[in-house]
Amino acid sequence: MNPLPWIILFCPLVAAAVIALFTRRLPKLSSYLSVAAVAVSFLAVLPVFAGPDQTGGFNWVDVGSFRIPFGYLIDGYSKMMLLVVTGVGLLIHIYSIGYMADDRGRSRYFAGLSLFMFSMLGIVLANNFVMMFVSWELVGVSSYLLIGHWFERASAADAANKAFLVNRIGDFGFMLGILMIWSASGSLLFTDLASKWAGLNLSPAYLAAAALLVFCGAVGKSAQFPLHVWLPDAMEGPTPVSALIHAATMVAAGVYMLARVFFLFQAQPATLTVVLTIGLITSLLAALMATQQDDIKRILAYSTLSQLGLMVAGVGLAVPQAALFHLFTHAFFKALLFLGAGSVIHSLHHEQNIWRMGGLQHKMPVTFWTFALATLALIGCPPFAGFWSKDSIVAAAFARQPVIGGVVSVVNFFTAYYMTRLFVVAFLGHARSQNAEHAHESPPVMTRPLVVLAIPSAFIGLPFVAPLFLPFLEHEAVAALAILVSLAVLVAGVLAAFALYRDQDSDSIRIPLFENRFYIDQFYNRLVRWTQDALAATSAFVDRWIIDGGIIRGMGGVTWGFGFALRFLQIGNLQAYVFLFGLGVVLLLYLVLFAS
Amino acid sequence: MVTLNDYLLVSGLLFTIGFAGVMLRRNLIIIYMALELMLNAANLSLVGFSRFNIQNNLPDFNAQVFVFFIITVAAAEVAVGLAIIVALYRARQTTHVEDLTSLKF
Repeated sequence: MNPLPWIILFCPLVAAAVIALFTRRLPKLSSYLSVAAVAVSFLAVLPVFAGPDQTGGFNWVDVGSFRIPFGYLIDGYSKMMLLVVTGVGLLIHIYSIGYMADDRGRSRYFAGLSLFMFSMLGIVLANNFVMMFVSWELVGVSSYLLIGHWFERASAADAANKAFLVNRIGDFGFMLGILMIWSASGSLLFTDLASKWAGLNLSPAYLAAAALLVFCGAVGKSAQFPLHVWLPDAMEGPTPVSALIHAATMVAAGVYMLARVFFLFQAQPATLTVVLTIGLITSLLAALMATQQDDIKRILAYSTLSQLGLMVAGVGLAVPQAALFHLFTHAFFKALLFLGAGSVIHSLHHEQNIWRMGGLQHKMPVTFWTFALATLALIGCPPFAGFWSKDSIVAAAFARQPVIGGVVSVVNFFTAYYMTRLFVVAFLGHARSQNAEHAHESPPVMTRPLVVLAIPSAFIGLPFVAPLFLPFLEHEAVAALAILVSLAVLVAGVLAAFALYRDQDSDSIRIPLFENRFYIDQFYNRLVRWTQDALAATSAFVDRWIIDGGIIRGMGGVTWGFGFALRFLQIGNLQAYVFLFGLGVVLLLYLVLFAS
Repeated sequence: MVTLNDYLLVSGLLFTIGFAGVMLRRNLIIIYMALELMLNAANLSLVGFSRFNIQNNLPDFNAQVFVFFIITVAAAEVAVGLAIIVALYRARQTTHVEDLTSLKF
């Protein structure tokens, strides 16, 4: 058995355990341990990446005929994800040393980060559903811990709870889906299932239910509509966490999982339509919401939602390779965007409102240029990474139906629009606050990861570079129409945002619907309150009228009623008692002597 | 020849007189006497049964022993009962049952 996958997987876990158990009081040592662990993982990924596809493992639970395997599956998908997770993860760990330099909970932070790396690598390496599900839950836990890192702030604690609870909804579906698959096939291994799932002779409804329940898991973890509400709130966590977990890797796990179990959806193609619809809705809603946000991290969060929607839509269009390609490029430039935003936030003393920034061009040159590059990559400007990956999804959309292509293009238009808005308002113009005037470039430990991430953000999408990392990528014919439309909406979006926001001091457009995120959060709050109230009212009714009133008072009442009825016999006349007594004796005698 | 039936007849008559006394009289003392009458009616029937249940040329003495016990216990009971009636009279200045109706709803 090849030891490298195990080294990749368990290094961060060892670091997390050592930090949690021994070095809690030595934050500096903790941070170095954590970085070293992910560096070792990254180095171990390189030979694995260059090596052949392989699989291995052992039985974790082996009781009679019941077996739960624990093993790794290394193929094109997981190789790519390993590279992204450990590569981007390494840079973000290094960046965190600078960003979290004066945080008191640094050891806790790095332990959480290492735990996250372990869990995420578990998802990537897993060769079976149970291992993936366990890791899936573990990333949920580490995400919870890291969102709630500043738990003394009520909003952060609430956001952590919200993220965890919303994810639980999706995970519940995921677990049911796994159980359905397992009970139908008796197997949990992906490779095993992929070959025999379609031939199992199951009813279409069963196939569809299993696929959609598994999709539920992706909806939760990848923050798709209608479970998207946790992701923007998750921005309460430290910015590197937002970059690593809530932009580059964890939220992409849903898309990765969909690609991994794509055979489930192929078996019942109608489910792909659901996947596609959910993806498009998420993408469009999130893009519209992003146009009216003022918090730099929230804009990026909605942008992440929107791009995740595109990836899911890519899976729905039956081109999981394109979705993974976009996941791959998106991980780099979105991590870069978040780290750039973190650099700005750090130097502006935790100011996140873009209207209190401005004029950062010359004060923070490295951040400025890398952020600009990442923005271009995100909005899909050729020749940067986002253009190539997005284009393959756009092309697939147009190939399916012009309407779908149109929706995707609208999303791309708004992507260009809100990213330009963010960029113009936050970086250009003049400083709009004290903090922005006194801004200065972040320390090298933070800017160097930006520069390193800028390189893949720029080049990794190129047609002669991408296949090196994504061997499964198929060369498709260049769709001229898709490219033309993409470029047209890109230019339109950028120009519109420039025209509206250049040298503005406040937002001239106010669309409450978008600003308030389509009132979905409010709706959920009401819904939760209503269901809570209804449940409470029902249980109060049951308690008060059925348990208290019916059973307890009922028993007492019956006794009391008998007493009430019987006490009318107590008339107080001795002779009457004697008469009744005599009557009773006569009756008894009659019954005993004559009636039997 | 006196038969068992004669004994039982007398016993039944005595019981009925006693029962009627308990039912119809108002004075507690009289009721108490009537009650004793009923008790002795039962005793009489027991003695009658004993006299006519001959085994090995002897009557069944078990019943007669019962009767002695009953008479002894009845004597004790009379003492208690009369004491209660006296106490009652002291408290209420009456031994008429119409006046003793507080134990009712």
